[in-house]
Amino acid sequence: MLKDITIGQYFPGNSLIHRLDPRFKIVITLIFIIMLFTGKSFLCLAIGAVYTVIAVLLSKIKPKMFWKSVKPLLPFLIITAVLNLLLVSTGDIVWEWKFIKIRSEAIDISVFMIVRIVLLIIGSSLLTYTTSPITLTDAIERLLSPLKKLKFPVHELAMMMSIALRFIPTLIEETDKIMSAQKARGAEIDSGSFMTRTRNMISILVPLFISAFRRADELATAMECRCYHGGEGRTRLRQLKSAPRDYIALAVTILFFGAVIAVSILTKK
Amino acid sequence: MGNIIEIEDLHFHYESDAEGNTPPDVLKGINLSIKQGEFVAVLGHNGCGKSTLAKHLNAILIPTSGKVTVDGIDTSDENRLFDLRQRAGMVFQNPDNQIVSSIVEEDVAFALENLGVPYEEMRKRVDESLKAVNMYEYRLHSPSQLSGGQKQRVAIAGIIAMQPKCIILDEPTAMLDPQGRKEVLAAIHRMNREKGITIVLITHYMDEAADCDRVVVMDKGEVVLDGIPSKVFSQVDKLKAIGLDVPQVTELAWELRKAGLDISPEIITEDECAAAIERLFSRTIEN
Repeated sequence: MLKDITIGQYFPGNSLIHRLDPRFKIVITLIFIIMLFTGKSFLCLAIGAVYTVIAVLLSKIKPKMFWKSVKPLLPFLIITAVLNLLLVSTGDIVWEWKFIKIRSEAIDISVFMIVRIVLLIIGSSLLTYTTSPITLTDAIERLLSPLKKLKFPVHELAMMMSIALRFIPTLIEETDKIMSAQKARGAEIDSGSFMTRTRNMISILVPLFISAFRRADELATAMECRCYHGGEGRTRLRQLKSAPRDYIALAVTILFFGAVIAVSILTKK
Repeated sequence: MGNIIEIEDLHFHYESDAEGNTPPDVLKGINLSIKQGEFVAVLGHNGCGKSTLAKHLNAILIPTSGKVTVDGIDTSDENRLFDLRQRAGMVFQNPDNQIVSSIVEEDVAFALENLGVPYEEMRKRVDESLKAVNMYEYRLHSPSQLSGGQKQRVAIAGIIAMQPKCIILDEPTAMLDPQGRKEVLAAIHRMNREKGITIVLITHYMDEAADCDRVVVMDKGEVVLDGIPSKVFSQVDKLKAIGLDVPQVTELAWELRKAGLDISPEIITEDECAAAIERLFSRTIEN
């Protein structure tokens, strides 16, 4: 049951988006986010939406999957929309009931906000859906590598991330085993009052932590035996190579960004 | 061929506790030399110091007194630590706790990445090592998809990639099922035969030791027996006295001998035993 948990929700595939260099994908996603926040008009938003739809279609991932990542944020979206509807006090009154006044501008702002956030979620999910966590870590390490000059521990952070990713399945399996072992000894984990269940979680967490520390100790020794001595002078088996398609994707993104800026400037006058 | 491992009068105890009490010696004066290309099993009861000895062979532990040299490098020489660890690789008991990466081939490359081996060379060595342990088709898998025996073979490939002269394995099969044990042992024997890598196999399985060139038996921090398997296992009384079993066939021969039958005490394989018993029968019929 616990094994079904996936982190980062990566959907393996071989689409154009999957094959893009992860470093470019991160940069493109950042540009996309900035683009969404630059545009202040519905036309700008429409450009962003077109861009998102094209990217989703290219990734060949079912649109249903994106709904999955939007769904948990739905309450937050609704609250924001309702607050906007009630509190914006400019524009003509469209509808009135007792003290509630809905104005035209409030509707505009609410719709704009919702569409913008939904596009934002879809765009960033696309990054994690099409890039495996380990590749993502690798790309982040390389993108941040200039920070090494400022003594920022880029390699150490990336190593910690990748070891964490490596041990997630191992520790999940272990948790499963400990749960069964404690259940066999009569611990109530699935039943009983909330307090009992919480208290009984301790009987799972303590052995889990002890074992994790033991693992960490053994892993450290094993890494030392294989001559690990930090990031200095390290070479890599995984080579990230940028292809023409990466530059084209970046150029297209910048083009869309340019269009958004152009529209914003033109509509302002 | 010369000796790859030389151990001279090795004593070791862990550091004193807060009150300044020195804990007793774990290793009490070990002298041992291992030849290049030899396949040595180190046997002993839990807590006899066999794992502690293994950790001295690639400088995880440094002798309290005495000297350990591996391929001419003194293990207490900190300047040549990586040099030493590259020549004497170590495989541990729990396969899960020695795999660093989430992709098999990247894990095999880990040591090479640390040593700064250039990409072309690294690619070649990783593929060769994976093929050597028959795990090449799993190179893009995640370790969590593999069985214990497969994971342990990946760990061995990670060591072979460093092209060591010697591999020390600390109970590599203790956590595996019989199938996994068989696969791992086959891989170790192949490394020894085909690449001439010296193997030091720490184990408490008698049948694993029976297949080696040489068996070293340890008890309470000392070497008590040392020799070819048939000679070591024929000393059944001595082995039983320190709480070790002998291979079942050796014990059978020993019991038969005690009962007054003329059978060699130096029997360690089932085939040898069968042949010896057949000889006994045919002799009885002749008489």
